[in-house]
Amino acid sequence: MSDTNYNEISKNGLWNNNVALVQLLGLCPLLAVTGTVINGLGLGLATLLTLVLSNAIVSMIRHWVRPEVRVPVFVLIIASVVTAIELAMNAWLYDLYIVLGIFIPLIVTNCGILARAEAFASKNNLLPSIMDGFMMGIGFMLILILLGGIREALGYGTLFSNAHLMFGEVARDWTLVIIDDYAGFLLAILPPGAFIGLGLIIALKNVIDKRAKKKQTLGNIKAEPSTAASA
Amino acid sequence: MKNNRYIVVSGLILSLFAILGTAIVGITYESTADKIADNERRALLRKLNQILPSNLYDNNLLNSHFNIEADQRLGQDHPSTVYVAKQQEQISAMIFSVIAPKGYSGEIKMLVGVNVNGSLAGVRIVSHKETPGLGDAIEIERNDWVLGFNGKSLENPDERDWKVKRDGGVFDQFTGATITPRAVVHAVHLCLVYFNRHKKELIKQYTERLNKTSIPLHPKSSTKH
Repeated sequence: MSDTNYNEISKNGLWNNNVALVQLLGLCPLLAVTGTVINGLGLGLATLLTLVLSNAIVSMIRHWVRPEVRVPVFVLIIASVVTAIELAMNAWLYDLYIVLGIFIPLIVTNCGILARAEAFASKNNLLPSIMDGFMMGIGFMLILILLGGIREALGYGTLFSNAHLMFGEVARDWTLVIIDDYAGFLLAILPPGAFIGLGLIIALKNVIDKRAKKKQTLGNIKAEPSTAASA
Repeated sequence: MKNNRYIVVSGLILSLFAILGTAIVGITYESTADKIADNERRALLRKLNQILPSNLYDNNLLNSHFNIEADQRLGQDHPSTVYVAKQQEQISAMIFSVIAPKGYSGEIKMLVGVNVNGSLAGVRIVSHKETPGLGDAIEIERNDWVLGFNGKSLENPDERDWKVKRDGGVFDQFTGATITPRAVVHAVHLCLVYFNRHKKELIKQYTERLNKTSIPLHPKSSTKH
């Protein structure tokens, strides 16, 4: 596998084919838990780990599994991985586990994970598959954190509150108070805030993509005469 | 014939992975079960200690509990647990784990600590689904409101004042959220009344449980899987 291939995988995961912004998969946990940055980060890490592990396992066994039974086998693998992660979180990140609650087991139903197993890992070697899982997971996690940040800042006027749930007692005073005595903006915390926030992020991505495209076509036109001159 | 073989092989592959998946989950479960049970005990003890600081009792609070049947006088549709705190072998307080059924959106699970003299040791919310930013001020992490119960009893304030201010009582409600505090105040009041009326019964129930000596030392870990 050449370097360009990995670049392509990274670009797809982080931007061009982002699970949350382009594929629009896994929206149920995305919209439900992104009340704060830390919640988003917690679910993002769990999803990332699931994606990497499930992609790795699926890629390793891809030659053994018959096409007729591949989907149930993938589902089995994903379900086992998620359950193992859920138990591990319950054991070592208990407080965060309590906060994220039902959404950890629900990672199983994140179609993004099955989609990567089916569309990528079942057709590619181990390393690229792990890379794909990692990049897709990072892309998903970044959106979770971004949306969590927007909603927390608007809704509570803070950032990184409850960081101790994840990083232990040292993180208890990591909370950034952006606005003192902020009365709170309920809409941002409630489900509509999640939909509106995600909509705005998608819109922003589309604007950036459009600009980039415009620039590229402009650049091409400009570049042509110069290449002609040098030739 | 060939078709049949395909089906058998596919079935075998599928069951092989089912076994593998179950093994992964099983191994993880076995290696985390103790830690998880320990976490749960610790989290519960932390909540109980918020109501009753550990210097106010000297027994093992987690092992000193009994269940009471669902009782409408306590406002409970399900059996609830009572933790009994002792100091020098004397019962000093009881902490009721109860549910206030009429929150703004569903049940509010809470712990109500009652001192043996009938005053409130404290109240904490365990879990709820109230509106964030409005009803969630019942959480100690968000608001001091719940501390207002400390030291209150059936005589203080008067029976008819055991309501939120909007209903003519003494307890604050929050701007935009009356139903949530109303549900909590009501549930706390029921606990106090229940404790006062059934104190002897409760103590008898507890000593009976103790005498049976069937209380396992570690209720969670004694169940082998």
